Amino acid sequence: MKVLDEEKTKDAIKKLAEQIYSFYKDYKNKTRSELPNLAAIGIKTGGDILAYRLSDILSDMGLPILQRGSLDIALYRDDLEIRGSKIRVEKTDINFDINNYEIILVDDVIHTGRTIRAALDALMDLGRPQAVRLAVLVDRNQRLLPIQPDFVGIKMDEPTNYVQVKLKELDGEECIIIGREKAG
Amino acid sequence: MTTNEAKEKGLKWNRKHLLGIEELSAEEILYILDTAEGFSDVATRSIKKVPALRGKVVVNLFFEDSTRTRTSFTLAAQRLSADVIEFSSRLSSLSKGETLLDTARNIEAMGVDIIVIRHSAPGAPHYLAKHLKVSVVNAGDGAHEHPTQALLDLYTIRKIKGKIDGLKVAIVGDIAHSRVARSNIWGLTKLGAEVVLVGPTTLVPKSMKSLGVEISYNLDDILPYVDVINMLRIQRERISSNVFPSFEEYKRLFGLNKERLKKAKPDVLVMHPGPINRGVELTSEVADGPNSAILKQVSNGLAIRMAVLFLVNQASEHAL
Repeated sequence: MKVLDEEKTKDAIKKLAEQIYSFYKDYKNKTRSELPNLAAIGIKTGGDILAYRLSDILSDMGLPILQRGSLDIALYRDDLEIRGSKIRVEKTDINFDINNYEIILVDDVIHTGRTIRAALDALMDLGRPQAVRLAVLVDRNQRLLPIQPDFVGIKMDEPTNYVQVKLKELDGEECIIIGREKAG
Repeated sequence: MTTNEAKEKGLKWNRKHLLGIEELSAEEILYILDTAEGFSDVATRSIKKVPALRGKVVVNLFFEDSTRTRTSFTLAAQRLSADVIEFSSRLSSLSKGETLLDTARNIEAMGVDIIVIRHSAPGAPHYLAKHLKVSVVNAGDGAHEHPTQALLDLYTIRKIKGKIDGLKVAIVGDIAHSRVARSNIWGLTKLGAEVVLVGPTTLVPKSMKSLGVEISYNLDDILPYVDVINMLRIQRERISSNVFPSFEEYKRLFGLNKERLKKAKPDVLVMHPGPINRGVELTSEVADGPNSAILKQVSNGLAIRMAVLFLVNQASEHAL
């Protein structure tokens, strides 16, 4: 098991923000109308906190993120029948018309790709965004669906059995726990 | 217990049926209200459907007339992408003498997942839950319980007042014959509200004090102290019976009009489970006025019923 401490976790988030920034940097110094209206939407829970953090960092860097939101995917999961009452429904908070935005979809960890599939379906039920780009802090490199992130903070070299991202706002501490063996 | 506390304790919903509020814990009630929050915006989106109950079948088994509750359950099921079958006792084999259980068993044999039942006999949903494998949701059983109405009332109060604990709530009218009152009393007291029942002596049984509520026969006395007034519907068929005061007398003593409302707190919440007898329980000025939450109750009813259908289905999947 390996633990990335708070500083290294913050570095990974910074690295993720820089990738997003450089993807859009061509727009810099051009008029605003040419830069797509960007919105960061995070998948609950974890992704929503990251989306807020990334918005702040990117806006500070000079890439304006105009809207923020959080997406709950419980009702769109493909394992509702397997996980039964373990699934908790939470509120989606997206208070803008996503049709006019290019969405940066944010999650803490990408694993099989099933969560992202559900998130895309949930998002499309809210409208037709101009584009959706996927940003993840950690890629476990173990996909079961043909879904790949556009921006990655840390990518595992080989499939990884266990990754947990802890964020101050949610867990009171900040670190990334990476284990080859399943913890707990 | 606050929402977050309930969440942190990792509480789960494990009930395959929703039969009444009486058997639920405060945490379970809050769990339903919290889950309903997640469904509250489905009605305002461009696509008013979520796929959570795709491929499931819900039957509305209604042995009593109902427009609001039935429509609400139908729409709730449809918004969860379930298929819905409407069943009315008048058009059924019941008129040919089939028993309730036989009817329900036949419906179950067709591959149904959830039965929503309204019946004039108290305990009918419990009876079905005991004998069937499918999930059963009580949509009103005699004068016993109407759990989804109480849940949507609680949800509406919490949404507008920000809390339930510590509020003073008056339930006004024909308490003795009201399943809405009974379910509301259970729910409100479990969540820490103080409940006062108000109505004519013949319609507010003293024995209900054992449920932990106060009783008053004078609406004007309690008006200045309450945060919520839930006006029950007067069932017109009872008006001629001898337990009921005259129509005019009821209106004069227990009807809510603009003048009488002035005695209440300025932000008092006026609720009514519907359908309203305009000019009897409420004047139009009050029913359509700024204190009224009546239409919000109807909208919130959808979110609550979606949450209930979703939760009972999840619990039954888990049990497999």
